[in-house]
Amino acid sequence: MDSGIVDLSRLQFALTALYHFLFVPLTLGLSFMLVIMESVYVMTGRPIWRTVTRFWGTIFGINFVLGVATGLTMEFQFGTNWSYFSTYAGDIFGAPLAIEGLMAFFLEATFVGLMFFGWNRLSKLGHLFATFMVAVGTNFSALWILIANGWMQNPVGSQFNPETMRMEVTDFAAVLLNPVPQAKFVHTVSAGYVIASVVVLAISALYLLQGRWTGMARRSMTVAAAFGLASSLSVVVLGDESGYALTDNQKMKLAAIEAAWHTQPAPAGITVFGLPDLETRTTRYAVEVPWVLGLIATRSLDKQVTGMSELVLLAQERIESGVRAYGAVQTLKADPANVAAREAFARDGRDLGYGLLLKRTMDDPRRATPWQIQQAAWDTVPDVPLMFWSFRAMAGLGFFFIGLFATAFLLCSLRRFDQRWFLRLAVLALPLPWIAAELGWVLSEFGRQPWAIEGVLPTGLAASTLSRGQLWTTLIGFTLIYGALAVIEIGLIVRTVRRGPYAGHDDLAPVPDIGAQPAPAFA
Amino acid sequence: MHLALDYSMLRLIWWVLLGVLLIGFALTDGWDLGIGTLLPFVARTDVERRMAINVVGPTWEGNQVWFILGGGAIFAAWPFVYAVSFSGFYLAMFVVLAALILRPVGFKYRSKRPGLGWRAGWDWALFVGGFVPSLVFGVAIGNVLQGLPFRLNSDLRTYYEGSFLGLFTPFTLLCGLLSVAMVVVHGGAYLMAKLEHGPVRQRARRYGGFAAILSIALFALGGAFVAFGDMGFRIAGTIDPFGASNPLRTTAVQEAGGWLANYAANPWMISLPALGLLGAGLAWLGLRRGWEAPALAGSALSSLGIIATVGLSMFPFILPSVIDPHSSLTVWNASSSERTLFLMLVATVVFLPLVLLYTAWVYRMLWGRVTSAAIATDPDLY
Repeated sequence: MDSGIVDLSRLQFALTALYHFLFVPLTLGLSFMLVIMESVYVMTGRPIWRTVTRFWGTIFGINFVLGVATGLTMEFQFGTNWSYFSTYAGDIFGAPLAIEGLMAFFLEATFVGLMFFGWNRLSKLGHLFATFMVAVGTNFSALWILIANGWMQNPVGSQFNPETMRMEVTDFAAVLLNPVPQAKFVHTVSAGYVIASVVVLAISALYLLQGRWTGMARRSMTVAAAFGLASSLSVVVLGDESGYALTDNQKMKLAAIEAAWHTQPAPAGITVFGLPDLETRTTRYAVEVPWVLGLIATRSLDKQVTGMSELVLLAQERIESGVRAYGAVQTLKADPANVAAREAFARDGRDLGYGLLLKRTMDDPRRATPWQIQQAAWDTVPDVPLMFWSFRAMAGLGFFFIGLFATAFLLCSLRRFDQRWFLRLAVLALPLPWIAAELGWVLSEFGRQPWAIEGVLPTGLAASTLSRGQLWTTLIGFTLIYGALAVIEIGLIVRTVRRGPYAGHDDLAPVPDIGAQPAPAFA
Repeated sequence: MHLALDYSMLRLIWWVLLGVLLIGFALTDGWDLGIGTLLPFVARTDVERRMAINVVGPTWEGNQVWFILGGGAIFAAWPFVYAVSFSGFYLAMFVVLAALILRPVGFKYRSKRPGLGWRAGWDWALFVGGFVPSLVFGVAIGNVLQGLPFRLNSDLRTYYEGSFLGLFTPFTLLCGLLSVAMVVVHGGAYLMAKLEHGPVRQRARRYGGFAAILSIALFALGGAFVAFGDMGFRIAGTIDPFGASNPLRTTAVQEAGGWLANYAANPWMISLPALGLLGAGLAWLGLRRGWEAPALAGSALSSLGIIATVGLSMFPFILPSVIDPHSSLTVWNASSSERTLFLMLVATVVFLPLVLLYTAWVYRMLWGRVTSAAIATDPDLY
């Protein structure tokens, strides 16, 4: 395979996925915040809560539609750009995507129309039900997508079938109950809730600073503070490190994040700061806190966190076994009944993917020299400095959000909406949760390299056989369209925020703000 | 009769479900595509355009899921078809996606600002988002009927040897125009049923009726291409409906007129193209006379007939290869494993009726004609 094609395909996937993931987490979180706000409206019957719901609903709509539009690209990109991945893994990977459409996306997309157009057609409770269905649908969507992604990280319940030259499912329950996506799901949707909470917090803080629509802003900020505090605790405490002990690649990801070049005696310390050096395979100027990593990663005091060097030795053995499996598959292609090859495949088949790692540098892995196998084994180490720094930035932001929302919660409980330093901080925090979320994606997906499917299919083999001209065309095309849409979207959101809650939907007479006198929460 | 749910039966069911998804897409999203295509022609002032847009305003999102679900279901049940078609039609697929990306944004953003330039821009986006995908889908189906220039190597990696411009031949362009005509009839009938009496509804009836005649003519002409051209494939050798899903184990040959073989063996199949023609005729009559239900039903039956005609004419082929017939994908060699097909069937049997149920409920809740009075007063409308 032309490595340029693979790189361009990866670049396009990364750009389109990262871009899609700007909108999706806000949809995930804001949908549930709308449910909370509208529930308060239904319970209290106070029109201000209807105004609150409808204002954030407008922001939700502007954002939602770009999530939908860019999701189209994602659904088909496996076929257009990763066609070998699609034939190799479609038997398992396709099912969660299809079920996502059937069970989640239909729900979300059908009820979202009712949510926007049904204010005067449904009863209060009926409309709340529509909003709730949208929230359930979007969150179920995330679950199925992460089940698909989790299988790429930890491909359980499946095995290679030499007759069809692809992975086939052996146990669907294992794919569904895979622990990696479970950890990921809670972490990812919580991240979405944090993003939505920061958006509501920041815009409300802006209104309070400007002294505009303060009644709505205070109520919104109270919801954001409570929801954000719960979510930011959840996103950190239920981070997906718990899944990192499971497989060789997940262990490698963890070792790279920690720049753990060698296995340490348990419980391992965490390197808070340092400069990972790829040449010498050491971390310079490391500042270490004892015990913490072992506790986080293994949830125990006595289990080890395996280092990269040890994992590479393991990979080397698996590549050797993978070469034998590759040989067996080649024999079985020509002679499906060959007994010796069948036995060899039964023995070494699970390492076939490791044998395929050698395809990056040669056509026939059976000709690999021990030196080439050693090199290929070191290829299983992802980009250590990238992993190391992405994680620290993401985790640092995670702790910052806990502090931000704890402060917000405290101030809201004390009805102190006049702390201008905090309001300014809340406005400035607006872009931060997106940075954290995108870094999370980088950790998860760059950390999986060199694999498209861990231990099964190297990324270099997964791409479609396209030409560079085709890839540049779509890469430039998507960049232009997405860039233009981003500018338009931000423009519309700024306009909506500037015009405030009574602009587009002025069917209600403006509710006078309660002004300086403190309003009871949720009233 | 014994109806065991064995591998061959599952493959057959999933082939039918593939058709159901395509037809579901054509029947629901067809309204949105058709109205997008008709937008510049039937609606001239801003109020008129908003009326046409709001006919599908609350429902286009749900309708579009048929397209996304189609992608997911083909991936899950027919992974080879997913891989070969979307990578083969690479640039065409990009054009479709680019156009379809503009559509949701057009619906949602158009009325967010009052400027006429802003709105005219999004009207273009909605037109492109309706016309271009309809055209390209038809062109793609035409190419599938002709056979695609792809081959598989022994690892089952796909190599596509065609070009983007190579997709456009007289026959495939005819298929593309037929596809546009189908959605225009469909959109026209829906506009007639959902709009108050007035100029927009009047124009929709006129353009829809014209498109109905056009689709009869194009469908008949397309049939002549298929019957008298050099298109068609045939399985040579034995078929093993239970065999492993490895396309290379099938032997197929190209044979002019091969797409008619199924009609010779099953004369009842002639009812499908007949349905395509008669349905369009009924839609024409309904649009002309202002009979709403017959127009909607006729348009739906016509789409169903035309799509089923293509599928059944090619059976058991799904994607024939014109440069290496040996690589052709069929119902019997390109599916997922038996286990996956079964599990997906269970998921479909559980969820699809549920989807249809709540979709019907939502449509009922949103029932009623879009009026110019509502456009002037209802702040929820686009």
